[in-house]
Amino acid sequence: MYKALRASLLTVYATIILLPCMIVITGAFKTDFEIYTKPLSLPAVWSFGNFRKLFVESNIATPFMNSVIVSAFSVFFTLLFASLAAYSISRLFTITGRILFLLFSLGLAIPGQVNIIPIFHLFVNLHLNNSLVGLVLVNIALTLPISIFILSAFFRDLPKEMFECAGMDGAGQFRIYRSIALPLSKPALGATAIFLFVICWNDLLYPLMLITETGKKTLPLVLIDYKGEYFASYSMQFAAILVASLPMVVMYLFMQRTFQAGLTAGAVKG
Amino acid sequence: MALPAFAVYASLYLYPALSNLLYATQKWDGITKPEFTGLRNITYLLTQDDLFRKALGNNLRFMLVVVIFQTAFALLFATFLLKNSKTNIFLRIVFFFPTILSSVSVGIIWTFLYDPSYGSITAFLKAIGLGSHAPLWLGNESITLYSIALTQVWFHTGQMIVIYVAGLQQIPKELYEAAEVDGASRWQQFKGITWPMALPTTAVVVAYTTIQTFRAFDLIFAMTGGGPSYASEILVTQIYNTAFISQKFGYASAQSIVLVVLVLFITWLQRKTLRVNEGAK
Repeated sequence: MYKALRASLLTVYATIILLPCMIVITGAFKTDFEIYTKPLSLPAVWSFGNFRKLFVESNIATPFMNSVIVSAFSVFFTLLFASLAAYSISRLFTITGRILFLLFSLGLAIPGQVNIIPIFHLFVNLHLNNSLVGLVLVNIALTLPISIFILSAFFRDLPKEMFECAGMDGAGQFRIYRSIALPLSKPALGATAIFLFVICWNDLLYPLMLITETGKKTLPLVLIDYKGEYFASYSMQFAAILVASLPMVVMYLFMQRTFQAGLTAGAVKG
Repeated sequence: MALPAFAVYASLYLYPALSNLLYATQKWDGITKPEFTGLRNITYLLTQDDLFRKALGNNLRFMLVVVIFQTAFALLFATFLLKNSKTNIFLRIVFFFPTILSSVSVGIIWTFLYDPSYGSITAFLKAIGLGSHAPLWLGNESITLYSIALTQVWFHTGQMIVIYVAGLQQIPKELYEAAEVDGASRWQQFKGITWPMALPTTAVVVAYTTIQTFRAFDLIFAMTGGGPSYASEILVTQIYNTAFISQKFGYASAQSIVLVVLVLFITWLQRKTLRVNEGAK
């Protein structure tokens, strides 16, 4: 009884997850008529016409590269700044460290979305709107608190003795950070990197507000544009979704564990 | 060493968050000179703004529905997938998959599934003879919010399953073995062991899910933009519309402040409730 119930519920759930994915993957290669009449079948002819249109007419390569640039720089600098801050907060037991930690915790409590209006005006005044640098800066600021939280929890659990030995051998704080703390925390850094990458790659709100120039748009923004432009063609929209999700999906296939660790680490105390 | 992080954080997070307080006391269209209006924005917002009340109500309903269903499904499926067998690990990977997609992609996929003429859900209902009952999932004011809630549950339940599995695997096996010897049924074991032992994990899942529902801007923007006639408007979409469509920046800041206070209050309430529960156990 229990076994049958369990098996059938798991089957139903797996179907509910996988069917929409199959419809999107096959649909990108179909005609719209085929999507409407035979959503579940394989395409009669595998057509790459939608992709050609996306790359040639809509130039999806530009937003793709913009997303790569913004995500890569955002993740790199957030990790660098957050690991430095987390190291000093969790390894140097000073009053400043405590205060810093409290201040960063404040950022966990205040949802980043409420900053859209002040950020918008600040960035317009600084001419950082319509700029990829601006998006990188926003991403760093928004993801720093949670990254520091995850990393400082990890640093705190590292064996104290290693740091003390290094300190006695005369290594400076920065040296200890670089040659002990960082190498030891590769798994935590990897998981945090994935977590940040997913956030930056998928974010819509801030690009929507800050980017209006076509050449500076990121993938989520052009997906919204395509939804209007190709509203009558789901096959085009599906093809665009495939292009936009491909990097994440490929990475997920090879690193499911890291994704699961990263995308749930934020929850532990968030 | 914390200096670079602090500099970016202070100037692009703390300072903007605080300047909301200043903006909220102004009437400002973003172009002409802002006009100081004191507490007028906030009093109007709290006493006379029906649209704001609607968004607030939507937000709370959206939160409740998603929290209840997502947590229940996640707990149920986590108990199914507890053992680290090959099939279970594979299924966890499958269920987790939507989490890595963007809200915009998920929104577009579900806009298709809900499509009244061509969508798969309508096609499915037709196939089982219920086609004439198919509602306008995203066009009917009274159900749009729930349609989006269902999408949100599809999107993030897998993530919560993984959190639950990690939590449930910490429960000592001896407890279940002892219960089994005493002849306790599966349901009794769940009620007596799993549920109370999983409460701290439930607290984490509920808190995280709640925050996600307040941040659902991307999904709602991609699916309905808050419509039809504000039926799926939540606080963040309303703040965006007030500022960038209606050009009322001061008023939108006042709305932001209410959102912060609300989120802080709900977080505090949840912590308190779940701590009381833990104490009682």
